Amino acid sequence: MRRLILILVPYLWLLALFLVPFLIVVKISLSDVALARPPYFPQLDLSGGWAAIRDFFTELDFENFAFLASDDLYWKAYLSSLRIALISTLLTLLIGFPVAYGMASARPEWRPTLMTLVILPFWTSFLIRVYSWMGILSQNGLLNTFLLWTGVISEPLTIMNTEIAVYIGIVYTYLPFMILPIYATLEKLDGSLLEAAEDLGCSRTSAFWLVTVPLSKPGIIAGCFLVFIPAIGEFVIPSLLGGSDTLMIGKVLWEEFFNNRDWPVASAVAVVLLAILIIPIVLFQRNEQKNREAGQ
Amino acid sequence: MRRMSGFNIVSLTFGLAFLYLPMVVLVIYSFNASKLVTVWAGFSTQWYGELIRDEAFLDAALVTLKVGLISSTIATVLGTMAAWILVRSGRFLGRTLFSGMIYAPLVMPEVITGLSLLLLFIGIDLDRGILTIVLAHTTFSMCYVSVVVSSRLASFDTSLEEAALDLGCTPWQSFRLVTLPIIAPAVISGWLLAFTLSLDDLVIASFAAGPSSTTLPMKIFSAVRLGVSPEINALSTIMIGIVAMGVILFSLMSKRTMIRQQQEERDAARAEA
Repeated sequence: MRRLILILVPYLWLLALFLVPFLIVVKISLSDVALARPPYFPQLDLSGGWAAIRDFFTELDFENFAFLASDDLYWKAYLSSLRIALISTLLTLLIGFPVAYGMASARPEWRPTLMTLVILPFWTSFLIRVYSWMGILSQNGLLNTFLLWTGVISEPLTIMNTEIAVYIGIVYTYLPFMILPIYATLEKLDGSLLEAAEDLGCSRTSAFWLVTVPLSKPGIIAGCFLVFIPAIGEFVIPSLLGGSDTLMIGKVLWEEFFNNRDWPVASAVAVVLLAILIIPIVLFQRNEQKNREAGQ
Repeated sequence: MRRMSGFNIVSLTFGLAFLYLPMVVLVIYSFNASKLVTVWAGFSTQWYGELIRDEAFLDAALVTLKVGLISSTIATVLGTMAAWILVRSGRFLGRTLFSGMIYAPLVMPEVITGLSLLLLFIGIDLDRGILTIVLAHTTFSMCYVSVVVSSRLASFDTSLEEAALDLGCTPWQSFRLVTLPIIAPAVISGWLLAFTLSLDDLVIASFAAGPSSTTLPMKIFSAVRLGVSPEINALSTIMIGIVAMGVILFSLMSKRTMIRQQQEERDAARAEA
């Protein structure tokens, strides 16, 4: 009896506040927009009995999804979200791997401090970390002032409100998610394997590519997914650092809902976004499962 | 791993500088007398004064704290229960669905979580305000708590609980006297994580909040949407300062407990000898 209550409380909470809301999104994505409160049609009226329920289901259709497919804006937004997420993931890997490698080769008594230093930004506000770049990247911002002063450039660069600023924002805020899993695999790496490779005639560089990189693959894959998956649906970074022509689907959904008040289309955008995300999420889960099994 | 090479030192330095420089810049410019971002017009604390006089920020900070404290506490209780179910409860009907519902919010884009909760609140005609933000924050942060707590639960020896039950404890007593003290560090870090996530959240709160309740991130977002604002620099500096102090205190405390534990272990070993 007690066990049942223990299970039921969190179970019902998640059903009511996670699963049911999501089903509502799916339902509204199949409805039509209407000038009413709430602004969609049909409404389910249970008091009407079976006939009303049947009528309700016959009114649902895939019109909104057809609309998404026919309108260029949504295609472009999904594709550019994927592109921006992919490019920033690769950039994060490029910057994160050397940092993780440096941490793993630091003296053992230094490592906890380095770990704390990498995790610490995560505890400060995400919004503030994104905002901190606005003063640096703007037309008369610190970066331009510095570069003009040193004479590297003669005209200020336009970085703010472009896709480049979005890349910088994503790399900056998600860097710890890349560093930590790679560091975890590198730290466990057996140094004698590298010595063996060198004894057998490998140069240090080829030992790195033939031993270190393959052995740290689980960490690299985990880090890439941890950056790629949240970056696709990102809203704060493109709306603060990106320009009006930086299309990302999280921002499109937000505007569809708050500015255009088109709930059915916003819901359809959400359903398609989730369908796209399922592939990397399943791949990520499989990678984690494999690592757990390998660890046992 | 091998010793530090020059390359490692350079990449570590650059990596850490990249992580910290933007925040250092923010802190320095919060003391700038000029309203312009780039022109340094001497040291001044005027923006802090203007921030304190701005009651809208104070109200938003109070709403944020209230939501954070309530939601993280409920989330810790629910998340610990969920972790217990996942690790200890064996099989029950709908277990796969349950673990799916625990892990899905972790990877769900915030815009979708926010949208779906808002549609629910409108659907059941719940007035939007502090209550709805608390419900929304509790739901996603309980999943984070349960992941943190379940990894701790999975790694400890169940024979301790069995011993407590054999010696006549009720299941609740064995949980309170044996399990809880062992998993306490994970429960505390789960609470801290839930609290931080709640203080930090902009997207879900924007969907769940009504016109009368504004959280601090919502206020910051609307203030910086059009560009840099010196008051927000001052506010950011205060928030960074609080986090830094919290982390320093926390690490000092954990170091002290570690030293005490080592001392006790040494004493115990000596007593045995």
